[in-house]
Amino acid sequence: MARMKFICDAERCIECNGCVTACKNEHEVPWGVNRRRVVTVNDGVIGQEKSISVACMHCSDAPCMAVCPVDCFYRTDEGVVLHDKDICIGCGYCSYACPFGAPQFPSNGTFGLRGKMDKCTFCAGGPEADGSKAEFEKYGRNRLAEGKLPACAEMCSTKALLGGDGDVVADIFRNRVLRRGKGSEVWGWGTAYGKPPNAETAPPAAAVPGKKS
Amino acid sequence: MRPLLPFVCVAALLALSACGERDQAMTAGRHKSADEPWRGAQNGFAVKTWTPSDKVGWETQLRQRAQAQNEYNKTN
Repeated sequence: MARMKFICDAERCIECNGCVTACKNEHEVPWGVNRRRVVTVNDGVIGQEKSISVACMHCSDAPCMAVCPVDCFYRTDEGVVLHDKDICIGCGYCSYACPFGAPQFPSNGTFGLRGKMDKCTFCAGGPEADGSKAEFEKYGRNRLAEGKLPACAEMCSTKALLGGDGDVVADIFRNRVLRRGKGSEVWGWGTAYGKPPNAETAPPAAAVPGKKS
Repeated sequence: MRPLLPFVCVAALLALSACGERDQAMTAGRHKSADEPWRGAQNGFAVKTWTPSDKVGWETQLRQRAQAQNEYNKTN
């Protein structure tokens, strides 16, 4: 099996926050902790508004793992980045390192004491026994061990958020992009590295300034 | 020279013993790895179409659920 991945299709996301609600309900996440959020850019600008659902992206080279001073993170065979709350000291380094703002810290107590870090687990629980009560109380449901995919992706009404085996979700998304009549500008080499301007209609040699004909 | 060889070896062993270093990190020896998810959860919520501990069946189950996110399979 390949690595587990999320992809969010900005063309489909309607900012319904169904994924956020599904996550909070499935894992009984405390107030103030949002393992998943919907981010909207160009909010209110007609025709330019785009939304994407963001959570831990389970990076292949995760910066949170690199900066953690107590080394509480680990990666499963499925490529899911998890952490051990018994080791976490709640320092917040991972929060600064993460480009997606995935690490969350429950604030409890009179003086706003910062608790242990909490984040999306790809519905894969934690180091406790799979499906156990202890695992649920610390990390939420372990849907992977139940033969299911993350609740956020499975609940997404427009199927903007895709989750699962990276090869499968990438194939679904690639198929959509092709049906929209798009190509490498939104998928593949062109997205990652860009294309030279007017690559198809290269100017004649005489038109290039500074070049002798 | 040959009778001195054992003494030389013992002396070298003692001299180099300080070169080794045990892991003194806070996390040394901690077990963090999760269980294999295909072994199944200890609750009654596992899907019925898959038998826990069947790794191939678990992968097939997840692949089928992932394809359920592809509505082109349903509409075309």
